[in-house]
Amino acid sequence: MPESAERRPSPDALLEQAKAESRGKLKIYLGAAPGVGKTFEMLSDSRKRRLEGADVVAGVIETHGRSETAALIEGLEIVPKRQVGTAGRALVEMDLDALLARKPEIALVDELAHTNVEGSRHPKRWMDVDELLAAGIDVWSTLNVQHIESLNDVVARITRVRVRETVPDAVLERADEIELIDLTPDELIERLKQGKVYAPDQAQRALRHYFAPGNLSALRELAMRRAADTIDEQVRGHRKAQGEDAPWAAGERLLVCIDEREASAEVVRHAKRQADRSKAPWMAVHVETARSARLTEPERMRLSENLRLAERLGAETATLPGDAVAETLLAYARDQNVTQIIVGKAKRSIVFEAIFGSVVRQLIDRSGSIPVEVIPETSERSAKALFPLSAAWPALTSRGVAEALAMTIVATLVAWPLDVWLGVSNLTLVYLASVLVSALTRGLWAGLITGIASALAFNWFYTEPRYTFTVADPDNVLAILAFSGAAFVVSILAGRARQQTLAARTEAKTSRELFGLSRQLTSAKSEDEAAESLARYVARAFDVECVVLARVGFSDLRLAGASAEKLELSEADMAAARWTSEKGEPTGRGADTLPGARWLFLPLRTSRLVAGVVGVARANPLSPGERRRLAAMGDQTATALERAHVAQALEESRIETEAERLRGTMLASLSHDLRTPIAGILGAASSLRAYGDRHDPPTRDGLLASIEDEAARMQRYVEKLLDMTRLDAGSIEAHLEPLDPSDVLAAVASRAGALAEDRKIRLDVEADLPMVRADAALLDQALFNLVENALAHAASGEIVVGATRSRSGVAFTVADEGQGIAPGDEVRIFERFARAASSGVNGTGLGLAIVRGFASLMGAQVSARNRNDRSGAVFTIAFPAESLA
Amino acid sequence: MSDHSERRSPGQRLRALIVDDEAAIRRFLRSVLVAEAFDVEEASDIAGALKLAAGLRFDLAVLDLGLPDGNGADLIAPMRAAGAPAVIVLSALDDEPRKVAALDAGADDFVSKPFGVAEFMARVRAALRHRVQMQGGPPVYNDGRLSVDLARRIVTVAGVDPRLTPREYSLLHELILHEGKVLTHRHLLTRAWDGSDADVQALRVHIRHLRQKIEPRPDQPSHVLTEPGVGYRFVRTEE
Repeated sequence: MPESAERRPSPDALLEQAKAESRGKLKIYLGAAPGVGKTFEMLSDSRKRRLEGADVVAGVIETHGRSETAALIEGLEIVPKRQVGTAGRALVEMDLDALLARKPEIALVDELAHTNVEGSRHPKRWMDVDELLAAGIDVWSTLNVQHIESLNDVVARITRVRVRETVPDAVLERADEIELIDLTPDELIERLKQGKVYAPDQAQRALRHYFAPGNLSALRELAMRRAADTIDEQVRGHRKAQGEDAPWAAGERLLVCIDEREASAEVVRHAKRQADRSKAPWMAVHVETARSARLTEPERMRLSENLRLAERLGAETATLPGDAVAETLLAYARDQNVTQIIVGKAKRSIVFEAIFGSVVRQLIDRSGSIPVEVIPETSERSAKALFPLSAAWPALTSRGVAEALAMTIVATLVAWPLDVWLGVSNLTLVYLASVLVSALTRGLWAGLITGIASALAFNWFYTEPRYTFTVADPDNVLAILAFSGAAFVVSILAGRARQQTLAARTEAKTSRELFGLSRQLTSAKSEDEAAESLARYVARAFDVECVVLARVGFSDLRLAGASAEKLELSEADMAAARWTSEKGEPTGRGADTLPGARWLFLPLRTSRLVAGVVGVARANPLSPGERRRLAAMGDQTATALERAHVAQALEESRIETEAERLRGTMLASLSHDLRTPIAGILGAASSLRAYGDRHDPPTRDGLLASIEDEAARMQRYVEKLLDMTRLDAGSIEAHLEPLDPSDVLAAVASRAGALAEDRKIRLDVEADLPMVRADAALLDQALFNLVENALAHAASGEIVVGATRSRSGVAFTVADEGQGIAPGDEVRIFERFARAASSGVNGTGLGLAIVRGFASLMGAQVSARNRNDRSGAVFTIAFPAESLA
Repeated sequence: MSDHSERRSPGQRLRALIVDDEAAIRRFLRSVLVAEAFDVEEASDIAGALKLAAGLRFDLAVLDLGLPDGNGADLIAPMRAAGAPAVIVLSALDDEPRKVAALDAGADDFVSKPFGVAEFMARVRAALRHRVQMQGGPPVYNDGRLSVDLARRIVTVAGVDPRLTPREYSLLHELILHEGKVLTHRHLLTRAWDGSDADVQALRVHIRHLRQKIEPRPDQPSHVLTEPGVGYRFVRTEE
């Protein structure tokens, strides 16, 4: 890991984390509105934890008379409330001191935003919670999004209800975990109607105001966005603690050595505390020697667990290949300017250390100027194999034996002609060479077998008397003994070298795979893309079939990615996968649960939850090493899945809100643009009827003109609505025919003249324009809409309707002398119901959308910009070269 | 038709201000009010209306709520400061929140667009009558069947005491005092309830009880009418 040299963890970020670690952890159940089930969820979670043996005590729980919630309290220890305030007006509050004295593992404190009664220690409940956290008690609490200080205004604007009880954002940012309790607006409204949230009469009122569907969607989006922000924040904080984007910190640097023993975790924690005290960056490294290849599966798991723990606590981690732990460690430490090395010391007998040596002793002997801190280990519980070398040798196969024997035969054949010139004892060199080759290419076992076979062959063929196993010459006895000894040592050394080569190769391959995968995952925009990436990578890396299942809701899974098109999971496979998702443990082939299945399912875990499941299937099961590599890939994917999941939920909520907004504007437009002319017509008609004889002639005429004008206006609006509907339905077809631009414009100008009253519409058509293939009716209507728009938005000045040769085709333009278009609105104004915000003009908001729709039917492009020569806007319908006839 | 003018000395005409951004509406309202012998001024936005209100005393203001430069209800306070006109607001049919806000801000009544001359003038008359009544002492209401003496607090229905509770009486009192005018929930809750912060739900219950005691057919009320989403209105019935 050469790049780790540049990544130094930021001391500040570590400090932040350290502070968070001695403190209790704060978990917040965040909801969009009352009644989504925060307290319920908190109580159910706490019940689970209680069953696992955790010491959970409630400081305060507000059931709001909801029976489902009240049922969960049963059996929960609740600290009795305390009377606060002066006599006569005694009120009850959470008894903070009693809770602190009780010092549970987890305290449940409902309603984080609550304001305490006067006379309490703190004015706000979140301050009480802060004190609990400082005392090292984990706190679970609930919060509605409208209570978050920075969102207070936004929520007030949405709901028209201002909430006075707020919680500073910093409290939320300091939370170690935020669980978003999500309920769709429809479900929540259903719950309200069933009287599960409020009493029925209150519920009715609530439904009309605070709980209007539009409000709920908006609140829900806010809650999701806030939760997503916090996750981002945490990821960023985590990254920073790991040293990415952190500046180089000179000074202290700690290095802790990790191995597969359980006690290593203790050493890691010690190192973390040490690092915090000296505000130093720290690294956790594991030296992978030949011995590492022989670790059992549980030992490997613990090793990666230890490394992961260090990573979580903010260490930079690395795995170093090497053959001697002490030397590799010291070389790395010097290279990295480490100022202190921390190692754990196992309890071992003096005899053991005399025979096998002690890494700790070697470290101390050779560390030179770097101080070494030795942490005595106490909790080595797992029974260690008596003779470590016997742990896990490469499997001995019959093919391996055959190859080893073949090497001996080759050596014998090579030695045969040499026998004439060389002394018998020199022939052992030939055999030694074959032992070396065997051990290097086929491993330790092969080397040893070749050694024994060679000793026998040498004895049989070359020592006097030949073709017997008896040895006459004492020299030869010595030669055989020396050979055997040499063969043994050569075998072990060469075997070890081979192990290291293999390990390094696998390591490099894993890093390459992980790097490639992580690049793919960062660019993945959806759960499915992330899942597909993982499936493809796993299939290629291990030559397996692979499926990735993403979590849907709380317990269901769906197939999100597969290595091949037609991979199907049976019902039983799905059940196994669900088990994995629920328990967070592997199932299937090679696992403890359902080992007979074809698939092996591993959980995709993030620090918060199981985001999905990866399943692999192959003729022969995965080796422990492969499983570890798979788990590493899974870890990366899990985070990507979670990120994608939150992003997706956010996007869906945004689309829903957008659709709701469009429906709202559509209704507003309908009600305004139809009602206004009707009001005019009805009023004028009823006035004529009631006072016909009392009105003077000009008034009468005016009223009649009103009726005509307003009816025409309504007609235009209805036409637009119809056009829009037909466009939406796709039922308009453009009948393209060659049209003369000047004809088209003349017709538009004369039709618009009636609308313009005393405003001037000027024609400005370039001479000798080619014919344009367009639909006469559509083009006429589109240009008419543009003129109408110009008349409405520019209160005075002339309107210029023109056509010019554009770069490659012909462009029709309508220019006015009004205020022009606000910067950035050039595209938005073509969207339906997008009225210019500032203008105060009551257009239908449909005209330009129709222009765009008609233009695209004819293959033309619309655009809008401000005039260069003076104030005002120019709208253009541009026909490309292909449209010229 | 123009009963209000009879109470004034002849020659003293009432002056009305119309504020609406739609020319067609202004034209029609003007025609009606001119026919009813008002002097009429017009404005198309808040700025124009404020300019007119600064120089003239108005007896009636007709305000559209959706004006280009703001909410017409914002005009109510300055208009009140300049004189004491009856205020009718024009609003969309389904815009209850703005109606209620305008009424709470002091508007006398509202008319939902679209509307006819008869409806409009009925509201105008009720509003103007109310202005006059406020200057006299508490009147006696009597339509032959229902009779309420607001000064002596005596209620009879067809000659019999309906035995109203104090709350029901104060509701009826408030409604009759503003006969023909819509009163918002909040208005009724704060005026008839001694300022206690009771729920709209409770108000509905009391109205129901009141109807059972004074209405000829409580399920089809003819006196205490519901204005959905806004409040209640007391209407005189003539035999």
